[in-house]
Amino acid sequence: MGLKENLHNIKEKGKGKKWLPAYSALHTFLYTPNETTHSGGHVRAADDLKRTMTMVVLALIPCLIFGMFNTGFQHFKAFGAPVEFLSMDAFWFGFLKILPLIIVSYVVGLGVEVLFAVIKGHEVEEGYFVTGMLVPLIVPVDIPLWMLAVAVIFGVVIGKEVFGGTGMNILNPALVIRAFLFFAYPTWMSGDKVWVEGATERAKEIAAGANLDAISGETILGSLAQGKEFAYTVSDMFFGYIPGSVGETSTFLILLAGIFLVATKIGSWRIMLSSVVGALVMGLIFNGVVNAGWIAEGSKFYSLMSTEFWHHLLIGGFAFGVVFMATDPVTASQTNKGKWIYGFLIGFISILIRVFNPAYPEGVMLAILLMNVFAPTIDHYVVQGNVKRRLKRLKVKTA
Amino acid sequence: MGLLSKKDAKLITDPLADNNPITIQVLGICSALAITADLKASIVMAIAVLFVLAIGNVVISLLRNIIPSKIRIIVQLIVVAALVIIVDIILKAFAYELSKTLSVFVGLIITNCIIMGRFEAFALANGPWRSFLDGIGNSLGYGVILVIVGFFRELLGSGTLLGIKVLGDPIEKTGVYAYGYENNGFMLLAPMALITLGIIIWVQRSRNKALIEN
Repeated sequence: MGLKENLHNIKEKGKGKKWLPAYSALHTFLYTPNETTHSGGHVRAADDLKRTMTMVVLALIPCLIFGMFNTGFQHFKAFGAPVEFLSMDAFWFGFLKILPLIIVSYVVGLGVEVLFAVIKGHEVEEGYFVTGMLVPLIVPVDIPLWMLAVAVIFGVVIGKEVFGGTGMNILNPALVIRAFLFFAYPTWMSGDKVWVEGATERAKEIAAGANLDAISGETILGSLAQGKEFAYTVSDMFFGYIPGSVGETSTFLILLAGIFLVATKIGSWRIMLSSVVGALVMGLIFNGVVNAGWIAEGSKFYSLMSTEFWHHLLIGGFAFGVVFMATDPVTASQTNKGKWIYGFLIGFISILIRVFNPAYPEGVMLAILLMNVFAPTIDHYVVQGNVKRRLKRLKVKTA
Repeated sequence: MGLLSKKDAKLITDPLADNNPITIQVLGICSALAITADLKASIVMAIAVLFVLAIGNVVISLLRNIIPSKIRIIVQLIVVAALVIIVDIILKAFAYELSKTLSVFVGLIITNCIIMGRFEAFALANGPWRSFLDGIGNSLGYGVILVIVGFFRELLGSGTLLGIKVLGDPIEKTGVYAYGYENNGFMLLAPMALITLGIIIWVQRSRNKALIEN
């Protein structure tokens, strides 16, 4: 008897029992469910929720693997024993550090999902499949695992399940998880220690009296917010050889993933493009303010404002947020015109927060959450505008 | 027969759960969010509201037949304001630090919708004894929620209860902090008060399905 029959039998056995959703989730995870729609007209299409989610996870894999290399690379570099970027040493080190994050994210998140499915008596949905992969990629590598677990529980319950589960959520659950960590444990989510594995440990040893050099793994945004110099070239920023959250550093790979998502028609190119335009416009405005001499060089906003406008696309989590988070089909605007407005404002507000709020250097997270809230409103006005325009046309004809 | 008749006892027990002013009537949310970051402030606030509402209800009930209905809101406000000023002065005299923590929110008891609501809905139509019980019941219902929210916010946000270190010393790393635990700073921010309150409402309504509105 093959695996498929085994799983099917398990599912049959679970029928009528409380834990059926858990059994059938196991079955649907590996195989297509054999239930078919019985009534009404329906479209036969291959791109179901599972396929869509799998595509996004596929697009995330290169960023994940790059993140593993980068974690090791940054660690060995900071500890004064640099290794080649694409070396097994770097990869293996990063792999062992990031694997626990992935396991915690999936086990805790799916646990909560299954629990809710059992209590509410519905099927386990595939929604967490992507969230669970996004979460390890948007946190600093040194985050304690229990914090991640607490945040995942909060994010899945408050960010998603209270609204009615996958497809009903207003906010992107992965970003709710990150925002929770950000406000709950700020010392683990910002500063110059958390981005390089081992730097917090080293800081503790120094505090305890050890005679060691402190390690500073400040992100570029963090350095800029404090008006400090950083030693990374534009190509470092583009390819991602910089400290940052696990999967967000390589703009190059994120760009490739973006192209992949647009080509498979899973991500919306309108949102991605308009976000980039929004960010560039805001960046240009700030550059203009600097060029016009309206801001003193000593101002604390000066160094972020005078950053070349297109550098903003390469640093921080902007690219990652725009490609993977802003395009989330559930929480984004649904109308085409709405997508332009939604995306533009995400880019615009991201850079605005980045520059004016150095305490929260990661503006893209807050910008996307804010626009998630406004997405239904934008859609409402777009639809109403369309209704009005067509009514007017009708009147002209009948008059 | 007990101390109170069944009908009178209901005046106290109803607002504690099934007709709670915060979780069911959704009144007085503002102060419930603002001052629940530590338990002591929540308890003092609950006592202050208990004092104002119980006495205020009695006073309004006694005056109910002589207040011209056109100016009743003004009369009610004067009564609340007088009582609130008493509370404020007492707090400043005997618990100055705490009165600074509560700051403007003691004064804002005047605008607490629970108080005006009970005056309007109950004291104007009932005798002083029953109004007194109603005042006690409603302010206890308010206080219970305040204390629950305050308990969780202080415990998880600062690791203390009533200012006493429960989870150990975060700087010396004793107690649970020795194992790498950290306080959840988000609990001290107002959004978490709202979410905590939401969870209480959620738990209450899923235990008693009759409370779920359509």
